[in-house]
Amino acid sequence: MAVSKPAINHQPKSIENGAPWLNENIKALGLFVISLILFLVFWEIGANLELFAKGMPTASKTLQELWWWTTHPFFDNGPNDLGIGWNLLISLRRVAIGYILASLIAVPLGILIGISPIAYKAFNPYVQLLKPVSPLAWLPLGLYIFRDSEKTGVFIILISSIWPTLINTAFGVANVNPEYLDVSKTLGASRLRTIFKVIIPAALPNIVSGLRISMGIAWLVIVAAEMLLGTGLGYFIWNEWNNLYIPNILVAIFIIGLVGLILDSLFAALEKFVAFGRKA
Amino acid sequence: MSIASVNYSSNGAVSPEPEFPSAQLSIRNVTKVFAGKRDIFSKLSGKTSRDFVAIEDISLDIEPNTFVSIIGPSGCGKSTLLNMVAGLSPVTRGEILLNGHPIQGPGPDRGMVFQNYALMPWMTVEENIRFAVETVFSQQSSKQLARTIKEQIQLVGLEGAEKKHPHELSGGMRQRVGIARALAINPQILLMDEPFGALDALTRGFLQSEVERSWEQQRKTVIMITHSIEEALLLSDRIVMMTRGPAARVDEILEVPFPRPRDRETIDQHPAYHDLKAEMEHHLFRETRAVEESRIQIK
Repeated sequence: MAVSKPAINHQPKSIENGAPWLNENIKALGLFVISLILFLVFWEIGANLELFAKGMPTASKTLQELWWWTTHPFFDNGPNDLGIGWNLLISLRRVAIGYILASLIAVPLGILIGISPIAYKAFNPYVQLLKPVSPLAWLPLGLYIFRDSEKTGVFIILISSIWPTLINTAFGVANVNPEYLDVSKTLGASRLRTIFKVIIPAALPNIVSGLRISMGIAWLVIVAAEMLLGTGLGYFIWNEWNNLYIPNILVAIFIIGLVGLILDSLFAALEKFVAFGRKA
Repeated sequence: MSIASVNYSSNGAVSPEPEFPSAQLSIRNVTKVFAGKRDIFSKLSGKTSRDFVAIEDISLDIEPNTFVSIIGPSGCGKSTLLNMVAGLSPVTRGEILLNGHPIQGPGPDRGMVFQNYALMPWMTVEENIRFAVETVFSQQSSKQLARTIKEQIQLVGLEGAEKKHPHELSGGMRQRVGIARALAINPQILLMDEPFGALDALTRGFLQSEVERSWEQQRKTVIMITHSIEEALLLSDRIVMMTRGPAARVDEILEVPFPRPRDRETIDQHPAYHDLKAEMEHHLFRETRAVEESRIQIK
């Protein structure tokens, strides 16, 4: 069977004929920097000419404020003049408590629902009904039940970040590759061993992506909830709005986005860690 | 006496044939019907379906230490039959006896090799095999388990890859792990569902030779599903040819008389090789053509 093979092994080593250092990442970085500069220049000129709205801060003013707030993160002159670091920690603490409680409920409950096809179908209507409810709709209910802004904040985070984890966990568990279950069955593995050794690890990529979506929602919700609660980054924005000082609002928006990005990246790394070559 | 018996008698008529004490695995008048959907929800959504008879009245006896291949057109219920032997799928009518006892469900007396390997992607090679031996030999010491795992890894030539995860291995290596895992629990019967079907031709040939060689040593009873005539002729003592589905039956059973050890290079020099091959080709061609024609008619 010695069929001579024609040389068709043109390895696509360098499709681009440009310099080898000019790869995709470098180009993307270049585009990013150029677009950022253009945006800032446009903003600066536009604000100076009052193109957008009267009193809109310039880019340079906003960047100065950003520098000041990030270099003075921790000071405390009373609740209406708190360093942004403190506000950030307050928000993160609320998110952490609500989110961890939500995950502790959602993951085991999702596993239980996902294991039984009957439970999956029976409980699906609840989840689908409650999932699209805006988190802020729970706010009056929380205030009424807890009569406490701190607990209400945690409650809203919990109630709004529970659903993606619950749905993804149940889905992942219900859709474990049936071949893994067949392997487990042919070996005569016990139900408990199958659940812990096969079903949960197999569903882990789904569980983690559920946790990732939940984290994103928790971070989204906390800012809105805090506008009505009294401390935290959301309240910082609300307070600056009452002061009518727009640069600080823009600073807070940037910091909220940056923290959200970091949290999401952490979960993206975790997703990759549990994937083992699978596409999550 | 023909060792394998094909029994076409229906369930009503009691077959006069005696018990086969030599048979390790005895498939008796087995029928598999997949129940259609007729519940109220299906009716409301207009998605009712009729019962589907996959396999009708198959009987087959397999004695110890034989390598049996099942070949037939696609969709003929070969995998269904194997799953019933594995205990993964219940028998609708008839029974399957293993050493005289009816099969109730899956169990470690039958080892299964899957077409798509079915390795746990989050476990390393060693952990995949460990999962099997730990489950089956739960009372053994960890030292004994470690020795079993090591032996199996050596047997399939995977030393050095113990700590790798399946996605880091080639298809051929993955199936070696699949085979090692199935053999590690020391089953009485090895069930293989198109074990080389997902591999490229060269790897397939290489792995077939390896399986042939290791089968010479252990001589376990094997039931293998395959699409490949050459593969069946190289490995089997007996080839079961099934008709097309629905209601698939056993059409014919061929004895493969070639002496062992067999060599893929020289096996075609045996005088019976070409006749057997021609017969199988004729059978498969006829059944496959009928399948295609029936599909056209449905449309």
